[in-house]
Amino acid sequence: MSNDEHQKNSQDNNTSPWQSVVNDWSADKQSFDMPWGKLMMWVFLLSDTFIFSIFLTSYMNVRMSATTAWPNPSEVFALTIAGHHIPLVLIAIMTFILITSSGTMAMAVNYAYQGNKKKTVYLMLATALLGASFIGMQAFEWTKLIVEEGIRPWGNPMGANQFGAAFFMITGFHGLHVSAGVIYLSIIAKRVNQGKYDKKGYHIVEITGLYWHFVDLVWVFIFAFFYLW
Amino acid sequence: MIKQSTEIQHVASQPEQHPISLYLKVWLLLFVLSACSYMVDYFQFQGLLRWTLILAFMFLKAGLIIMIFMHVAWERMAVKLLLFLPPIAILIFIALMSIEADYVFITRILSFFNP
Repeated sequence: MSNDEHQKNSQDNNTSPWQSVVNDWSADKQSFDMPWGKLMMWVFLLSDTFIFSIFLTSYMNVRMSATTAWPNPSEVFALTIAGHHIPLVLIAIMTFILITSSGTMAMAVNYAYQGNKKKTVYLMLATALLGASFIGMQAFEWTKLIVEEGIRPWGNPMGANQFGAAFFMITGFHGLHVSAGVIYLSIIAKRVNQGKYDKKGYHIVEITGLYWHFVDLVWVFIFAFFYLW
Repeated sequence: MIKQSTEIQHVASQPEQHPISLYLKVWLLLFVLSACSYMVDYFQFQGLLRWTLILAFMFLKAGLIIMIFMHVAWERMAVKLLLFLPPIAILIFIALMSIEADYVFITRILSFFNP
């Protein structure tokens, strides 16, 4: 720890969190003491928060203003497995898969900072694989809805016409994020394996992790508002 | 308060280190919470109870992911403000849009079903 940092930290020991904000912003140096890539990822995620919020808000708006009944998601997304009619089962499995992938990612970040390269790479690849299986299930779900149920962005046989537009827009954009995340994870895992970050440090794994956890976070909101509500 | 600040100081320049067991516990908790929110649908709770449970489980899950998995709990206050102040605008926007949706709904009822 450099002398400068030491001074700042010992100063923090007897200041409130609010005073630390004043100190961070008024010091004659960068306000956020983190690698620039991490800060930029946070800024990107904040802007992405706004995009998904706008999608979910527009969904709320059309659902509240629809004069015909909204299709019951519990029924629309039900599957019959081995003769049993189970509501929302595929979505539940997808939720568990995404949460599991978030868990493996968190552990990958931890092992990266411990310097355990092998475990980091394996856990990142496991995360990417779980993400890919999520996309596979979503493709299955979309196919079923389009081919068997006849749901289109402009209408459907079950109820309010706006259902399809909201569904394809929101889950499509989320699926796009998952796909990008799988590619991102694979590239970074490959580069970690090649030893490209041995000198630079493993902050990149945490940055990738932030993106992946965010994708999981967005799914939590989609699951609650679109599938359960 | 002092204890909290000493915890914060690690993040500033050194990456945060936690035992793997913390992540496994949070993971398990997220699993249980997801199962609970699925049960809300499975047992077909309706009305206010359904909405309250959905929101409660949703916020718990989101909080765990943000605070533990994304390490925001150990970030400095300035970073927390950067992340949590701007979304207030979203809350205002949601309120405005729900008012607007009510207006559109009433307008539609009046013009579609009341010639």
